Amino acid sequence: MSEAGPFSPVVRLAERVGRSTVGGIEGIGHGASLLAESIYWTCLGWRKHQPVRLPAVFSEMMEVGIRAIPIVMVLSAAIGIMLAIQGIYTLKMFGAESRVVIGIAFSVVREFAPLITGILVAGRSGSALAARLSTMKINEEIDALTSMGVNPVRFLVVPALLAMLVMLPALTFFSDFISLFAAGIYVNLDLGLSLAAYADQTLDILSVDDLMHGLGKSVLFAFLITLVAVVNGAAVTGGAEGVGRVTTRSVVHAITAIVITDMLFAFLVTH
Amino acid sequence: MASRAVIEVRDLVTHYGERMILKGVSMEVHEGEVMVIMGGSGSGKSTLLRHMLSLEQATSGSIRLSGVDICTASTEEMYELRLKMGVAFQGGALFSSMTVGENIMLPLYEHTKLDHMTMEIMARLKLEVVDLAGFENLMPSELSGGMVKRAALARAIVMDPKMLFCDEPSAGLDPVVSNAIDDLILKLRDTMGMSIVVVTHELDSAFKIADRITVLDQGDILFIGTVDELKNSDNQRIQNLLNRQSGEEELDPEAYLRRLTGEDTLVKAA
Ligand SMILES: Nc1ncnc2c1ncn2[C@@H]1O[C@H](COP(=O)(O)OP(=O)(O)O)[C@@H](O)[C@H]1O
Ligand SMILES: [Mg+2]
Repeated sequence: MSEAGPFSPVVRLAERVGRSTVGGIEGIGHGASLLAESIYWTCLGWRKHQPVRLPAVFSEMMEVGIRAIPIVMVLSAAIGIMLAIQGIYTLKMFGAESRVVIGIAFSVVREFAPLITGILVAGRSGSALAARLSTMKINEEIDALTSMGVNPVRFLVVPALLAMLVMLPALTFFSDFISLFAAGIYVNLDLGLSLAAYADQTLDILSVDDLMHGLGKSVLFAFLITLVAVVNGAAVTGGAEGVGRVTTRSVVHAITAIVITDMLFAFLVTH
Repeated sequence: MASRAVIEVRDLVTHYGERMILKGVSMEVHEGEVMVIMGGSGSGKSTLLRHMLSLEQATSGSIRLSGVDICTASTEEMYELRLKMGVAFQGGALFSSMTVGENIMLPLYEHTKLDHMTMEIMARLKLEVVDLAGFENLMPSELSGGMVKRAALARAIVMDPKMLFCDEPSAGLDPVVSNAIDDLILKLRDTMGMSIVVVTHELDSAFKIADRITVLDQGDILFIGTVDELKNSDNQRIQNLLNRQSGEEELDPEAYLRRLTGEDTLVKAA
């Protein structure tokens, strides 16, 4: 048999790469049609016997947003303090540590708050959504919904998406505030800059544009987390271990998508 | 029987991936009858049911429910149709995040404008029917296998559907519960005039409830007819089924050995 036979490692590798590429493109296609369908039911559902229920949206918001507040607080404070420490350390080399407030303000509001909140929510709520949908699919609960005339996208996906679209920017805004506050306390202790002066400087530096930059990204992340979770959850095969697999995959995909989108966003906005 | 067909399956061919599962199935279910679909495990019973529920895409053929072709029906037509269908899935498929009562009320909540009180009463009535009164506040995970199946049946009939589909409603249950479910199915047919499709592989249960029986064999229709016709059939495979014998033909030892060693497949592949 020649080297390039159907079982040679090269061919196999090529086949695998090809298959996962096709899989990825397929996934993006599913995500797009899912998004279209979600928008459709949100706007027209109430006319087609498929109204999006507000209580369902609120309970999702509770889960995605309110219950995440403590952990967002901890992470945001840690990030804020980390930035302050690093900023002061770096700027000391130039004797410019008093300018640290600029660095902190921009980094937190434009980059770190949206990123860290997005990653946290992807790990917390994206995975939960993927696990829930895949379990429901395996238990034929999705089929049960369909067969009783309830559209599963309207019933399960739209409330999660809407909740995510409201709560992720809200959490990001909250994270902005906590990070800046924690950094301010550190700067106060280390450099002796009063909190009032720190707040003044921060508000001076930041424009509405900077805030919108961060919050705009978090809206994008909300779409990514939900769609990635749903596409992966719906693609489940097998039993319980299938659920574990798609849950992990959904978190990895979502975080990858978030970081890459963040990079592209930063590039596009600064060019 | 001269009654009207509510479910008509014509030349249904279906695949999972490359594998052909149903190989041209035609059958119909008349109004107000209990049609039992039988066959060995893996013969395509659940697949046929899933196609009747329009949960899968057929390769070719057509299925009409109440005269509506479900392959070409509009969303609106499909919606109207689904209000007239109740389904009890093989594993129950109760929503695990809702209580039993909420599960049963969900179709009412989604499709009617009844007030909450009325819905609760209707849900309790249906629970009463399946002998689960008082269990409405339990979560599905707190129920036993037989209770899950009965709760699923209660949810399936809560909208008083014209067509009821049950996948293995009594599989794995003790004889008493299994008998009760059979009685319930007959009662639903007699009092509500439902047309009922039941998938099962339990002979006793099938003989008790069936008006007619469809026997599937590896994706083909082996037999359609009444219980008596089935019992009097002289087809060897049907007799095997009735006598609970495995469908294997006699094998000569050499062929058996070849199959074990995998030579058979090699020969076929060559
Ligand atoms: N989701 C699926 N994907 C691939 N093959 C399937 C799937 N569901 C069922 N099959 C196959 O279809 C055949 C018929 O299955 P099914 O209709 O469930 O049989 P049963 O008569 O036991 O209900 C089986 O051989 C099974 O392996
Ligand atoms: Mg089955």
